[in-house]
Amino acid sequence: MRISLKIWRQDGPADDGRMVDYRLEEVSEDSSFLEMLDLLNEQLIDKGEEPVAFDSDCREGICGMCGVVINGEAHGPERTTTCQLHMRSFDDGDEIIIEPWRADPFPVIKDLCVDRSSFDRIIQSGGFISANTGSAPDAHATPVPKEDADRAFMAAECIGCGACVAACPNASAMLFMGSKVTHLGELPQGQPEREARVLQMTAQHDLEGFGGCTNLGECSRACPKGIPLNVISQLNADYRRAGYGGRD
Amino acid sequence: MATSTAPAPAARKGPPTILLKTVVAVTGVFFVLFVLVHMYGNLQILIGTEAFDEYAHHLRTFGEPMLPEKSFLWVARILLLVSVVAHVWASMSLWRRAGQARRTRYAGKKKVSYGRFYAKAMRWGGLALLAFVVFHILHFTTQTITVDGAYPSPAERVISSFEVWWAVLLYTVAMVFLGMHLLHGIWGAAMTVGLNTSLKRAEQIRFVSIALSTIIVVGFLIPPFAIFFGFIE
Amino acid sequence: MTDTVTRNDELIDGIYREGAPITDTKAPGGDIADKWTTRKFEAALVNPANRRKLSVIIVGTGLAGASAGATLGEAGYKVKSFCYQDSPRRAHSIAAQGGINAAKNYKGDGDSVHRLFYDTVKGGDYRSRETNVYRLAEVSADIIDQCVAQGVPFAREYGGLLDNRSFGGVQVSRTFYARGQTGQQLLIGAYQALERQIAAGTVEMFARHEMLELVVVDGKARGIIARDMVTGEVETHLADAVVLASGGYGNVFFLSTNAMGCNVTASWRAHRKGAYFGNPCYTQIHPTCIPQTGEHQSKLTLMSESLRNDGRIWVPKNAEDCDKDPREIGEDDRDYYLERIYPGFGNLVPRDIASRQAKNMCDEGRGVGPAVDGVRRGVYLDFADAIERLGEDAVRSKYGNLFDMYQQITGENPYQVPMRIYPAVHYTMGGLWVDYDLQSSIPGLFVTGEANFSDHGANRLGASALMQGLADGYFVLPNTIRDYLAKGPFTKITEDDPAVAEAVQGVQDRIEKFLSIDGTRSVDSYHKALGKIMWEKCGMERTEEGLREAIEEIRALRTDFWSNVRVLGSAEGLNQSLEKAGRVADFLELGELMCIDALHRNESCGGHFRAESQTEDGEALRHDDEYAYVAAWEWGGDDEAPVLHKEDLVYDFIELKQRSYK
Ligand SMILES: Cc1cc2nc3c(=O)[nH]c(=O)nc-3n(C[C@H](O)[C@H](O)[C@H](O)COP(=O)(O)OP(=O)(O)OC[C@H]3O[C@@H](n4cnc5c(N)ncnc54)[C@H](O)[C@@H]3O)c2cc1C
Ligand code: HEM
Ligand code: SF4
Ligand code: FES
Repeated sequence: MRISLKIWRQDGPADDGRMVDYRLEEVSEDSSFLEMLDLLNEQLIDKGEEPVAFDSDCREGICGMCGVVINGEAHGPERTTTCQLHMRSFDDGDEIIIEPWRADPFPVIKDLCVDRSSFDRIIQSGGFISANTGSAPDAHATPVPKEDADRAFMAAECIGCGACVAACPNASAMLFMGSKVTHLGELPQGQPEREARVLQMTAQHDLEGFGGCTNLGECSRACPKGIPLNVISQLNADYRRAGYGGRD
Repeated sequence: MATSTAPAPAARKGPPTILLKTVVAVTGVFFVLFVLVHMYGNLQILIGTEAFDEYAHHLRTFGEPMLPEKSFLWVARILLLVSVVAHVWASMSLWRRAGQARRTRYAGKKKVSYGRFYAKAMRWGGLALLAFVVFHILHFTTQTITVDGAYPSPAERVISSFEVWWAVLLYTVAMVFLGMHLLHGIWGAAMTVGLNTSLKRAEQIRFVSIALSTIIVVGFLIPPFAIFFGFIE
Repeated sequence: MTDTVTRNDELIDGIYREGAPITDTKAPGGDIADKWTTRKFEAALVNPANRRKLSVIIVGTGLAGASAGATLGEAGYKVKSFCYQDSPRRAHSIAAQGGINAAKNYKGDGDSVHRLFYDTVKGGDYRSRETNVYRLAEVSADIIDQCVAQGVPFAREYGGLLDNRSFGGVQVSRTFYARGQTGQQLLIGAYQALERQIAAGTVEMFARHEMLELVVVDGKARGIIARDMVTGEVETHLADAVVLASGGYGNVFFLSTNAMGCNVTASWRAHRKGAYFGNPCYTQIHPTCIPQTGEHQSKLTLMSESLRNDGRIWVPKNAEDCDKDPREIGEDDRDYYLERIYPGFGNLVPRDIASRQAKNMCDEGRGVGPAVDGVRRGVYLDFADAIERLGEDAVRSKYGNLFDMYQQITGENPYQVPMRIYPAVHYTMGGLWVDYDLQSSIPGLFVTGEANFSDHGANRLGASALMQGLADGYFVLPNTIRDYLAKGPFTKITEDDPAVAEAVQGVQDRIEKFLSIDGTRSVDSYHKALGKIMWEKCGMERTEEGLREAIEEIRALRTDFWSNVRVLGSAEGLNQSLEKAGRVADFLELGELMCIDALHRNESCGGHFRAESQTEDGEALRHDDEYAYVAAWEWGGDDEAPVLHKEDLVYDFIELKQRSYK
């Protein structure tokens, strides 16, 4: 198939970017979206032009490294990661617009690569259970009801890709945060730090400059792991239980 | 030593985002309750103009003789005013934050939009409601605006107004806006106070928001239409 | 132990030299069950107040690196942690699907530390070191406790207790899992523990940093040179000890199930500075991967081995049927070859056997699916029987996510059409040689996880790599490195030290060189060419002739690379071609060593199959009298033959047997 591309090119964090047009012939329908970009890059190198920078690593939908906005949709038209999107989801002759995640807490590094270290800092602020190595009791000491374990697992599926932020009209990271709060909050091990966790994480979230959720659900629809919106409500519920941050 | 991870930004000023959301939600729920009472009152006109006037009078004398005349009304008005200010302030602050969180917009536009149109209209729709509320107060409360002459009795004021087609149209449009606002607003408020914690809950909340918004819109539109088509005189 | 002076200078087979054997692996004496306790007790302690003055660099944030970083941070050491991805959470450990083994015996089916030890040694085809493997089995149970305490959401039964399954052809259920995402959940647990230490200030994180050189001062590892991949700055990081947890090198084959960025650079740079490379040719080829569809392919995707529990593997009996719709091929015209050749184990034979037989079928011209380079490389994995027996819903609930993934990638619906699978490179058992303390042949350089060679011999059992990574990082390294650090703090060195300056200069020169060649071919095209050579000649089946050709071809390719590669852009800022160039340059050297190792080991064992060494019915044939040793290779110098140091494998507690799955 042949396609035309409009791709965001930006030399560095401090530079201005622009959309650049490219054409590609003979793209295999079986190739993945990123393999299509590989092909473009090979051709650019042949022509002596710098290839398009984009992030990817596992290319099997689990590491969360990849992610671009394709025709206005985070990770493109299917509910999956960019690396698992295949060209058969497009038609011959399509025009495809490719942009980086857009959110001020995700500054562009180059072309389609962004800096998502704000996510790491949110986890640093409290997205963990404090259990030093060697201090753990036997794994069977605390049974966990299967229902809770399943909900914790569902929330723990988040791969930290940032598509929720990219898709959210408010650039809010509450789906990401809610999934961590729900994952740890559903487990008995996560209870002691539950209140502190939600307060610290949300404070960091605001500090990073993410917007506030207006319950639209764009995040959940873009999420390659299908994290449901109710984790955000869980986040709010935990925040309420923690006294809206007013308690010390 | 240089690290590529951008340093954490300086502290964000202002209240926590979830607190702002909660202010919007709680004041919103307060409006819903108010609007339900208001609707109940309006429907009195179906029973008769006396019932309606009685109700309007009752609002003014509620709590007497323990409380002076109109005190309940004033408490309610002040509460509503504070709530409106808080509701608008908090939602506009969130709007501003959202704007700052994405200063470069996308060039690509989605082919299919998943978002519900009424959910996207919260902010502009809310401002339209604000305009309407101002008009509404000027019209029925302060009577600064008159539609079809001035009348001493509340019921007469209402009936004479809704015999005019454009007033009915205006109120209809406003109620559609209100309905849209509530359709997402009730869902959103339930999310914000943390009620949606499972997929089943989500369905229940959706149901309640659709039911309540429909009841409110229909309930408010019955009197004007009944008047316009001459069922009430 | 490194006695290069006594090296035998004669070239053997024209490709390598032999040096002094390795006689001491530092394991304490006594019964195997007591060794680890003894070692922990004998390892010197470091006063808590002194720990903060001792610094450790850890390269890698996979299971092995993140767990070590978190644990050493908790203990109070000053840790600097590095990864090339944008976040430590993205290390390739995240991709592991199946599960993690532990000798918990929660199922009461007779599992024990000794049985896990035995299974691992046998699974490794008797080419692993007993003492290390025993310790691995010993600490395995603690891993599960630790992970549960961190909130890892393992699968549970209705009673609220942990569920187990049996995995990879063993007879006990000892595999803990979290649906098809065990690696992800374990890594997120370790990542969160690491982030907690970052917040506490004990660990300093350097994401998007690539280690490009090891700093060795006075014979000790004292730091690394890393490039900040965002600014392009070449940075020096110095410390009292260095840990490499940089993962496997399967990407030398270009196509593999590894992540795009997996590389050998960290290990290879250390190797060039004196660290021995153990058993480089031991590669695991996983039988159930999605076949290649064309030249555009950038990586191969693994599908969990558990599919073989219910799917039946077959190819058409007649080559003419190969392009038919599989559903139209009658039962009589199908060859369920694994069930035919191995009636006892059937479709559940170990990975190496399943892989090699698939290759044999395709070589015979009975492969299915699209032809790439003129050969159809694929066999059917058919669920029609299972769907009939269990019903589609039951199959969906067991394998739904895998079926979806398959459909996503191939566009075919596996509920209706049999899946097509083909083996792909998956894991490298070889890696930097380490002693019992996980210390390499360079003092102060420790190696953990897939990057070392230590525990899996010639073949790794399913669900054992996750176990090893976490065992190393949480429990082994923190105890052994302390013995080394207790000797510190070592003499202060500065960035002006000649050894440091030389390392920095070397890195800068290399970057400059890449950018100045300005040839005509892209880095990827070299990588693909190397991968083809490796896959054809150092892949599932190896012959002397093929390996000799491969060595020549790789040398030629490497020369061409250094004169004709085209790397655009600049050294400042993000430059992905430049990153790849460095990795491929190192793969081009590693590939040669792998072939040399494969050539010198004239026996078949585990994942290493030499056509010259097979039984009458085509099974792998070991030669314990000649090859029961670890091949630890020392760098011989540019364009010089490498030097082989043999570490004899002594089996005191397990009897050597020929594997049989018939
Ligand atoms: C698809 C797949 C499925 C698997 N399934 C299973 C399974 O079910 N059970 C099982 O036990 N095992 C499984 N394995 C194997 C197992 O996942 C790996 O062997 C193991 O996770 C390796 O962990 P590690 O910590 O050693 O390395 P990795 O997780 O690969 O981490 C390497 C780290 O090193 C960093 N790094 C590398 N080079 C550099 C450099 N030059 N500079 C800076 N940083 C660098 C990387 O950024 C990364 O953080 C699977 C493997 C694959 C590929
Ligand atoms: C006075 C004019 C009004 C304005 C400007 C306004 C504006 C808004 C906005 C912008 C939101 C979305 C906030 C967000 O999610 O970020 C909102 C939410 C809401 N509004 Fe209003 N609104 C008005 C009047 C009303 C009225 C009259 C009612 C009820 C009858 C109401 C009920 C609600 C409710 C329930 C919510 C949901 C809160 C949430 O999402 O958590 N609003 N309003
Ligand atoms: S919640 Fe979904 S979209 Fe957001 S970071 Fe996690 S996986 Fe990505
Ligand atoms: S590259 Fe790992 S999720 Fe896409």
